[in-house]
Order: sequence, then structure tokens, then C-alpha cells
Amino acid sequence: MRKKEVPQDDAGLMEGKMRDLCYAVDENGKYVQVFSTGWEPKNEAMKQAWNEIREKVEHTRQKVLEGKVSPVAYYMEKNIMNISLLAQYLELPKRKVKKHLKPGVFRKLDKKILEKYAETFTITVDELCTFNEPGKK
Amino acid sequence: MVKQQENNIPFVHRPAAHCENGVTSNLLNFYGIDLSEPMIFGIGSGLFFSYMPFIKLNYLPVISFRPLPGWIFKRVTKSLKIEISRKKFVNPKNAMDALDENLKRGIPTGCLVGVFHLTYFPKPYRFHFNAHNIIVFGRENGDYTISDPIMENPEKLSYHDLKRVRYAKGTYPPIGRMYYVKKASPTYDLDRAIVKGIKKTCQDMLNIPLPMFGVKGIRYLAKRMRKWPARLGPKKASLYLGQVIRMLEEIGTGGAGFRFIYAAFLQEAAGVLGKEWLNEVSKEMTEAGDRWRQFAIMSGRIFKNRANSKETYEDAADILVDIANREERIYKRLRTISLEE
Repeated sequence: MRKKEVPQDDAGLMEGKMRDLCYAVDENGKYVQVFSTGWEPKNEAMKQAWNEIREKVEHTRQKVLEGKVSPVAYYMEKNIMNISLLAQYLELPKRKVKKHLKPGVFRKLDKKILEKYAETFTITVDELCTFNEPGKK
Repeated sequence: MVKQQENNIPFVHRPAAHCENGVTSNLLNFYGIDLSEPMIFGIGSGLFFSYMPFIKLNYLPVISFRPLPGWIFKRVTKSLKIEISRKKFVNPKNAMDALDENLKRGIPTGCLVGVFHLTYFPKPYRFHFNAHNIIVFGRENGDYTISDPIMENPEKLSYHDLKRVRYAKGTYPPIGRMYYVKKASPTYDLDRAIVKGIKKTCQDMLNIPLPMFGVKGIRYLAKRMRKWPARLGPKKASLYLGQVIRMLEEIGTGGAGFRFIYAAFLQEAAGVLGKEWLNEVSKEMTEAGDRWRQFAIMSGRIFKNRANSKETYEDAADILVDIANREERIYKRLRTISLEE
């Protein structure tokens, strides 16, 4: 890759917080460091991954509103987790976490476990229990 | 020396393309061993390829362009005869205490962390990826000062947030892993380290007797990719292809990017060893990198525009086969390197 070919396709994915450091060849054939603000194929791949996640989150949000699953399921998807990963964070067996996805079981959970969930999801116990996040991405 | 404010070590932060290269390069630089990122990458044999369809990450097959986390640091320090220490801790508090103790003694310390809870990272980059490397080099008003090679400037993390990322869960959990230099001698044999690093890379890319690794792995991916549309259907196939591109270009990995770093290394090595032919190989490696870029561009078009694309998975796989052939020639030529001549 030549220096002038280093892509600068900023799609806002780096939120202005960083730039990719690349190595490219200058006019004299010597390798130099060049910063890149992004690259189209990579941007598209990342957007694809996030769209996939957003779809799942929205789908689960609907199911919580319909009373089919507990808010734990929603926040699990929102944090890109699955039952196995969530169980590791909670330090609980997977079968228990699985039960907590049922609205009936969730309502009876004691404060200590709710606090653990809230901490894992970086929200408050109140937010977890009242599920006051309708429509928010 | 002037007394430090709290525990701030006079540490120079330099950004890098790849986190482990950057951490290693910056840590050694602190001890007076000034080696560039490409030099670290080459000596540490950071170039690798593996395609493991049977291991899944978020339901998608794993492709990796690097050896296991920690290997670059391990190989470089071993090769340059630098004494290091690597530790992991079952108890998070002990891990943080050990880190504080190091900072008090003025030792910048590398940590393996997960990026999901890394607060200073841009949100779209925060997946559950646990093989990121940072250096902690100070503590100010309770916050830790962090040299993260991916960031342009030093960052800060609270005690709680640092502990959290050091104990991220999931695939390859960091378990509080930390590492640092114990003793570095200012004299080292760079020539020997370069030759050793090149030979190791050739070994990894040519001689592992399994189809998933090295040049064979690239061909294996090409072969599987041709079958994706029929076997998986258009939607899943496009997700698989998207995953390849993310693995190729996202932080901590890198297909084309790694080829360019390696080409930069070969160029530098040509100068150090006085071997002009390495400059030619560097050019060939640059071309291989350009082909990886073309592969990414074409794949991007395919998965974005899956219905009416003239280009197919077959075309993308053809590029991979061409890359495998080119790289095979490169490593076969490189493996003949020796200190004599």
C-alpha cells in the first residue's frame, strides 16, 4: 500500500477517539507510519455486526414487553452476551441464569442477585426491574 | 531524580498498529532498548494464520492472524535475553495489589484485558474480545494512567474499571495476567534475533502439519468459502464473510495490515543485516498485503450487496488461493536466511 492509498473513510465508528496506525510505502519506497480514519470494507463489516446485534436486542425487547421473557434476557442481548458468558460474570451455574430469563422466576429474585445482574449490565437495580427502556437503542 | 507525584513513571507512550507489538516496543524502550514496532513484530514472529471453523465466537467461525496473546512479548524478550516476569491471579484484589506494588517500585507493567468494559474505547469497538494489551504506568488521584498502543495519547481508568477489564469473562479470560521486565541488558544480539524470528515465522506458516494453519489454512478457508452460499444460505454466508473481514481488519488482528508491518520489518532487517535481497522480499510481501486488501474490498461488496453482485464467493476464494501461492513463495525464500553468507 502506498502512502497516498491509505484509506480515510471516516464512518464515525471511532468516535473521533482514535485513528488506525498503518504502515505504507512513501515516494522513495520506504515504509512510514500513516494514520487512517477508517476503511470502507471494515466499516461495513462492523455495521453489519452491529445491525445483527440491534435486531436481536429489538426482538428481545418486544418479547419482554409481551411478558414472554424477563428483562435479564434483554440486557443480556444488549451486552452482546449469551447464557454461558452471563453465567460466568454472575458466577452462577448456567441452568440458574436460564431460569432467571423467565418472568415469573425473575420477579421473585432476591436483592443480592439483582444487584449482581445490575452490576454486570452497568445499570441500577431499579432500571433492571422496571425495564424503563422502551424503544431506546 | 525528582520525586514522582504519587506513582507516575516517566514513560513514553507511542501508538502502534497492533497492541502487543506496541506494548512490547514501549516497555523495552523504557529500559533503553529502542526497537520499532515492525522490528518487534518480526523478532516476535507475530505473523500467523489459522482458520478454525469448529471454534465459534458469537456463533461464527474463528479466524486468527496472530499467535496466542503474550507470545510476541515472550519470544522477543527470550530472543534478546531479557529477564521478565509473567503472573496471573485467582483473586482480583491480589492482582491489583501486585500492580500497585510494581508502580510503587517504578515498573511500568503490561496487562492483558478485555475490551468490552474498556471505558475509553469507542463504543462500536467494544466486543467481548479478551486479548488486548495495555501498559499501566502510573496512578494519579486514584486513577491509573494507561498506555494503550491503539490510542494516540495516554488514557485513564478507575480502580474499579481496571479491575473489571482485567477480569473480563468469556473466551480466553485474562485472569488478571500481568507482565513486566525484570532485568534488561543494553547489549543484545539483534542480528541473531532477526534471523531466528524470520525462521520461526516460516516454520509457522509452512510446516505445521495440520490443514488449519499457515499457508495451508488460507487455502482451507478458500475451499470452505466456496461452499458457504450453498451450505449456509445467503444470509448466514454473508455474516460469515463479514466476520472474516472484521477478523482481518479489526483491532488486535489484521490480514493486510500485518503484511505491511512485516514488509516494513523486512525492509528494516535488510538494512541491519546488510542483505539486499530482503528488500525484494519486502516488496513481494507488500504485494501480498495489497492482495489481502483487494480480497477485503471484494468481500465487502459481496456481503453488503448480496443479491445483485457480479462477484461471487468463488471470486473471493480465488484471491485467497493467489495470496496463499504468493506467500508460500515468500516464506520458502525467507527460510533460507542465515547469519553467514
